[in-house]
Amino acid sequence: MNNAEPGFFDEMRSGSQVREAYQSLERWHSSMPDDLRTLKQSEAENLFRRVGITFAVYGEGGDPERLIPFDMFPRVFTSPEWRKLERGIRQRAAALNAFLADVYDRGEIIKAGRIPEHLVTRNDAFEKAAIGFRPPRGVYSHIVGIDLVRTGRDQFYVLEDNCRTPSGVSYMLQNREIMMRMFPQLFLENRIAPVDGYARLLKKTLASVAPDKCEGEPKVVILTPGQFNSAYYEHSFLADLMGVELVEGQDLFVEGDFVWMKTTKGPQKVDVIYRRIDDSFIDPLCFRPDSMLGVPGLMAVYRSGGVNICSCPGAGVADDKAVYTFVPEMIRFYLGEAPILENVPTWQCAKPDDCKYVLEHLSELVVKEVHGSGGYGMLVGPKADKSTIELFRQKIVEDPANYIAQPTLALSTCPTFVEEGIAPRHVDLRPYCLVGESIELVPGGLTRVALKEGSLVVNSSQGGGVKDTWVLAE
Amino acid sequence: MLSRTASHLFWLGRYIERAETTARLLEVGGRNALLPDIGGGYRNDWEAILQSNGSLPDFKEKYGDPVQRNIETFLFFDAENPSSVFACMAAARENARVVRTALTSPVWDAINTAFQELNQFRRMERSKLALSDLTEWTMRSCALIRGSIDATQMRNDGFHFMGTGFGIERADNTARLLDVKYYVLLPNVSYVGSGLDQSQWVTLLRSMSAHRAFGWTYTGELTAAKIADFLILNPQFPRSLRASVQDANYHLDCLTRGYGRATRAQSHARTMLAELVESQVSDIFDEGLHEFLLRFMARNAGLAGVIQDTYLQGNPE
Repeated sequence: MNNAEPGFFDEMRSGSQVREAYQSLERWHSSMPDDLRTLKQSEAENLFRRVGITFAVYGEGGDPERLIPFDMFPRVFTSPEWRKLERGIRQRAAALNAFLADVYDRGEIIKAGRIPEHLVTRNDAFEKAAIGFRPPRGVYSHIVGIDLVRTGRDQFYVLEDNCRTPSGVSYMLQNREIMMRMFPQLFLENRIAPVDGYARLLKKTLASVAPDKCEGEPKVVILTPGQFNSAYYEHSFLADLMGVELVEGQDLFVEGDFVWMKTTKGPQKVDVIYRRIDDSFIDPLCFRPDSMLGVPGLMAVYRSGGVNICSCPGAGVADDKAVYTFVPEMIRFYLGEAPILENVPTWQCAKPDDCKYVLEHLSELVVKEVHGSGGYGMLVGPKADKSTIELFRQKIVEDPANYIAQPTLALSTCPTFVEEGIAPRHVDLRPYCLVGESIELVPGGLTRVALKEGSLVVNSSQGGGVKDTWVLAE
Repeated sequence: MLSRTASHLFWLGRYIERAETTARLLEVGGRNALLPDIGGGYRNDWEAILQSNGSLPDFKEKYGDPVQRNIETFLFFDAENPSSVFACMAAARENARVVRTALTSPVWDAINTAFQELNQFRRMERSKLALSDLTEWTMRSCALIRGSIDATQMRNDGFHFMGTGFGIERADNTARLLDVKYYVLLPNVSYVGSGLDQSQWVTLLRSMSAHRAFGWTYTGELTAAKIADFLILNPQFPRSLRASVQDANYHLDCLTRGYGRATRAQSHARTMLAELVESQVSDIFDEGLHEFLLRFMARNAGLAGVIQDTYLQGNPE
């Protein structure tokens, strides 16, 4: 069971050899008796429940507070591996922001013919209310989550970018806390770079993009849809770590040129809103009139420089799956650099040639909806039966522009605890890059793992779990 | 502090206090059911107990006769009964969950752990759960929560909103408990010296975990006047109306100082306290115990209303 799955890069083993970074983990797991492992696993689960790290699933019956399965076997990056990833992530976050600043301003990249105009301006995520307004420091996406997969020793691909409000960072932080509490010895045997500076960096980043009208220490808040949102735990966790108020739309109101929150001392001005609600809910006067989650008049204050909204409304146009193909182009265009991280080759079904190829090779490809997320509405060709493939064929023929396709990637595997000991399971990685006055990144990210044998889908909604992610200190 | 946050903290305090009161009532009822009644059989105080927290009509509609087992279920586990231990703890935990950022981790841990344990009880066979274990568990859990609040929370406005909630709820609970039993304290000549009368008084003290404290505080004969003095006017007994109102006053004073602005809530609470400080038991008996308690409960509810208007809605005076 310990052997790597053939054809996939295993992060711990190379043939029968255990890579150096994993050697102490090899000793650790092989000397751990089964009953201790079971005990530790239930201890971990208890800790998650006690701390209240759950995500909420309503309307499916059963306990609405679910745990994301936590796998105790850490995933390790050496410091040279991380250095390269880090450079690539910073580069990408910078280019995505440059792209947003450009398309809401002069649209040079479109004029230069490097990206088709309709992909940008006719995109659902393109926000007309954002045109001609430059947010503080020209930053649109302040927290960029970049989903990476590994297919070989030195081969990483970017699977997708998340420029709106990527979630999951609380798991990165809590997984580490729980590992340190349960296995302190591992942290003495390995020098593991800490991730707990994230909250401080996030607060610094948000404060650095306060609007010009802000005087004194910027007042930062997190705007949540409320306790019934599946990520509510994360919202309150981050607010707590940063020491900022967690507000709902009902706590805020607009008066004069500013946004205020209702406090026990009376109205208090708010300068920066880290919003964890979607664009269309931000302001019922500007977007969905039926939204109870937002703040009427917020967009007008934002556009007049009375408050900043992070990420800026309209930032989502940069992480669209159809725009994704052009990110390497953005890096060359705005930064004049060669992309450090590669994109997965992608076929756009909107292009007739690509579409033809896709329809002929459905059983080998992964097909995704352009605007989909969370692993829903996705075809994994090699794992699908004939009828599912035929269903997707029809869908693509009916609306080709709604689909893209990518080769099935040989996602790397990492040892994971299973019933019989450990076994290789496929993993991905989401680091969180912070963009404000400077670009910041803590050494680590969220590793998601597909717990089902052979499965390549790591999303928690599809039976994925999480792992602590180590970057070894130099 | 966000007004909404303050409101959740205020209610968090109230629900914890209410859970504890319900558990205490269950304990007394359970104990009384072990005592022989005059003229045969066993005593049954359950109706009076349901009356005291206002849930008798709901109980009758759902279960019919006050059978002990049903009452235990109703008062401890029934999620539909808003004053059951489970409902109060769930509401306290929900309030806490929404304002996690305003609570220290030991406080959240105490509240959340209590809730998880309560859920485990709910999954267990009822025959394996002794009533005394359940009530003791509740009081221990509440003590743990209160202790964590006391030991770890910053003495900021959030702390004082919780404290105000505890104080107001406790005053209300003591007044209700007294009101249900007010007739046993009425100075009626025919009761004096009778066995029933004495044991009713002891029950009343027990329901507030006060019978030993009472013994240490007062000497001589057990009289209705002493008991009323103890439960209403004695500043040393932590569940007395005066001590509870004093607590609420302390926290409201701290809020006023912290915010640098006097409020109607503070003056309302001060008036309530002043009246209790100046009262004598004889005044209360002259007014009529029941009338006095009704008036007190209305004033206390009025205080909660003023606090709501002043602090919890985000549009202060």
